[in-house]
Amino acid sequence: MEKFTRLEQTAIPLEIENVDTDQIIPARFLKATDREGFGENLFRDWRYDENDNPISNFVLNNPSFSGSILVAGNNFGCGSSREHAAWALADFGFKVVISSFFADIFKGNALNNGLLPIQVSDSQLQTIFEAIRENPNCEFIVDLVSQFIKVPSIDLHIDFEINSYKKTCLINGYDDIDYLINNKQKIEEFERKRNA
Amino acid sequence: MGKTLFDKVWDSHVVDQLEDGPDILYIDKHLIHEVTSPQAFSALNDKDIPVFRPQQIVATVDHNVPTLNQHLPIKDDLSRNQVAKLRKNCDEHNIELYGLGHPYQGIVHVIGPELGITQPGMTMVCGDSHTSTHGAFGSIAFGIGTSQVAQVFASQCLLVSKPKSMRITVDGKLKNGVHPKDVILYIIAQLGTDSGTGYFVEYAGNVFENMSMEGRMTICNMSIEMGARGGMIAPDQTTYDYIEGREFAPSQAEWQQKCKYWKSLPSDPDASFDKEYSFDAAEISPMITYGTNPGMGIGIQEQIPSSQNESFQKSLAYMGFNQGDTLNNLPINYVFIGSCTNSRIEDFRVASAYIKGKKKAKNVNALIVPGSQQVAKQIQDEGLGDIFEEAGFMIRQPGCSACLAMNDDKIPAGEYCVSTSNRNFEGRQGPGARTILASPLTAVAAAIEGKIVDITQL
Repeated sequence: MEKFTRLEQTAIPLEIENVDTDQIIPARFLKATDREGFGENLFRDWRYDENDNPISNFVLNNPSFSGSILVAGNNFGCGSSREHAAWALADFGFKVVISSFFADIFKGNALNNGLLPIQVSDSQLQTIFEAIRENPNCEFIVDLVSQFIKVPSIDLHIDFEINSYKKTCLINGYDDIDYLINNKQKIEEFERKRNA
Repeated sequence: MGKTLFDKVWDSHVVDQLEDGPDILYIDKHLIHEVTSPQAFSALNDKDIPVFRPQQIVATVDHNVPTLNQHLPIKDDLSRNQVAKLRKNCDEHNIELYGLGHPYQGIVHVIGPELGITQPGMTMVCGDSHTSTHGAFGSIAFGIGTSQVAQVFASQCLLVSKPKSMRITVDGKLKNGVHPKDVILYIIAQLGTDSGTGYFVEYAGNVFENMSMEGRMTICNMSIEMGARGGMIAPDQTTYDYIEGREFAPSQAEWQQKCKYWKSLPSDPDASFDKEYSFDAAEISPMITYGTNPGMGIGIQEQIPSSQNESFQKSLAYMGFNQGDTLNNLPINYVFIGSCTNSRIEDFRVASAYIKGKKKAKNVNALIVPGSQQVAKQIQDEGLGDIFEEAGFMIRQPGCSACLAMNDDKIPAGEYCVSTSNRNFEGRQGPGARTILASPLTAVAAAIEGKIVDITQL
C-alpha cells in the first residue's frame, strides 16, 4: 500500500448526500479481474450521458475544479461492499475524501487502499463547500501525522480522528494481511483451544 | 451485567485484542463469489501466500451469470472470464465451488442457509454487503471488501473493531397483507439510511419470533440498507427446525451438543444495548419506495413527503415524482421477483397463491428469478411453475439477475420496475431504470393489475 503522511492540494466539491457505491462505480463495470483502470468509469452515469458525452454540469467535468481531495455530502459510500469504489477513486487520483459521515464498509475499504477518509462535522463540511465555491483554487493541507486539515485562505483548522492502528498502517504503507500472517501462531492456538 | 446475543458470539471469536485498535476476529465460514474474489486471489498469489483454511470456504457464481441457457458458454467475454477465473482459483486452492450446472448453485445468501452451512453462533463473511442475511440464524455475518477477502484467505481472521449494539423491537399483530419486506422497509423509512452505521442490530419482539426463517432472512438482509453492518435474530425452535436435516447441518450427537450451545445464545434479560428502538406492528402497512435510497419508503396509500434538501429533490427528479404524489395506481411495465432479499421458496409460494387463476397485465414484463437451483426445483415440484407460466410470468434460472443488472437482465431507462430486491439506487437495475422496492405480494399484485395497488384494499 502507498504511504500517506501529508498533502497540499485543491479539492473537488460533490455536494450530494448518500452517494452510494453504485454511483461511484456502477455494477456493470465490476467484471474486471484486476484492480487497475476503474478510474475511467468513476461516477460513470453522472459523468457521461448514454452516448458517452461528458455531462457538463457534473463537477468532475467542470474545469474550474481539480485536485486529489474529494469533498462529499453526508453518508458517502453507502450501499454495496465493492472495494472497486475505493479503487476507482484512487485510480482517478483521489488521495483524500472528506465528508460528514461515511458508510462503514466503504471507510474500511478506503483505508485498506491508502485513500484517507476524513470525517468532519456538518457545519465544518458546509464551511468547506462554501470555501471551494468562493475560490475553487483554495489550498487544503491534510496532515495525517498531526491529524488536522487546514484551509489557510479562510483560516480554517479542523482536527480529525483516526484509529491509531490504521494511522500507523497508512503512514508506513502496511497491509492488514501482513499483520495477520505474523499472528498465525495465536490463530492456530485459538483453533486448537476451540476444538479441544 | 448480562451479555447480548451479539456480545456472546463476537467475544467467543476474538483471537486477540490490539491496544487502541481492532480485534483479531476468527471467521468460521467464508463465502465467496466471482465478482469480489479475483483480486483477493491475485493478492495472495503476488505474495505467495497459501489459503489458510480452504475447507472453511464455499464458492458459488451468482452476480454475473445469465439466467437463460446456463448450460451454454456465457456470451459476454468479461463475465465468462470472471466465472472461469473463479473455477481456476478454486481448483488451485482446493476450495469447494458450486458452479453453473451444479445442483447447489445459487445466490450466495440463499444457498448458505438452504444447505445448512449457516448456523447459529457462527461468524461468517463474504465480499458482499448482503451477507447480513445470515444473521437471521443468530450468527454474526457481515460484508467485507476484497482486501479483507484476501485477509480471511490468508489467516481465517479479520482485523475489525467491535461495532456498537442496537436493538429494534417490533411487537403486536401485523395487518393482513403486510409481509417481512414491509416490516424492514418500514423500519428503514422510520430510522433513515445511515441510522445503523457503526452498529450491529438485534431484531426482537413477537413479530420476529413468529416469523419464518425466510422472513427473518429478508429482515436481516436489509440491515445494511440502514447502514448497519449486520442484523441478528435470536435462534429458537423455528431456527433449529429449519436447519435440521439439511446437507451440512450437524447430525446426531453433534446436533444435541450444538442445540445446547445455540440455546445459550439469546441476549440475557439484563443485557443492555447502546441504542434501542421500538415499533408497533399495527402501524405498518404495505410499503413501497419512491426515491433512490431504501430509506425513502412510504405506505402505498401515503403521499411522498416534502423536503427542500437538494439531494432529496434530485432523487425525486430521477424517479419522475413530485412531493405530495401518491404512488397508488401508478402504471408500471416491469416487475422483478428475485434477489437475495426475496427469492426463497416462501416468496414464490406467496406470489403464486395470489396469482393462481389470474393473468398478468398485457403491458407488464414479469420476471421470476429463483435464488438457487434448489428453489427452482422446488418451484417445479410444488407445481408453482405452471401457475406462473399460465399467468404469463417468465421463470428464469438462478442468479442475482435484475437486482444489479450485471447480466442481460436490465430494466430500460425511464421505466418503473416494482422489484423485490434491496436497492433502489440510481441505475441499479440498468442505466436510467427507476426501481420501486416492495414485497413479493405487492410486486405480483402490480404485475396482475399493471399498476401499483394496495393489497390490503383489494
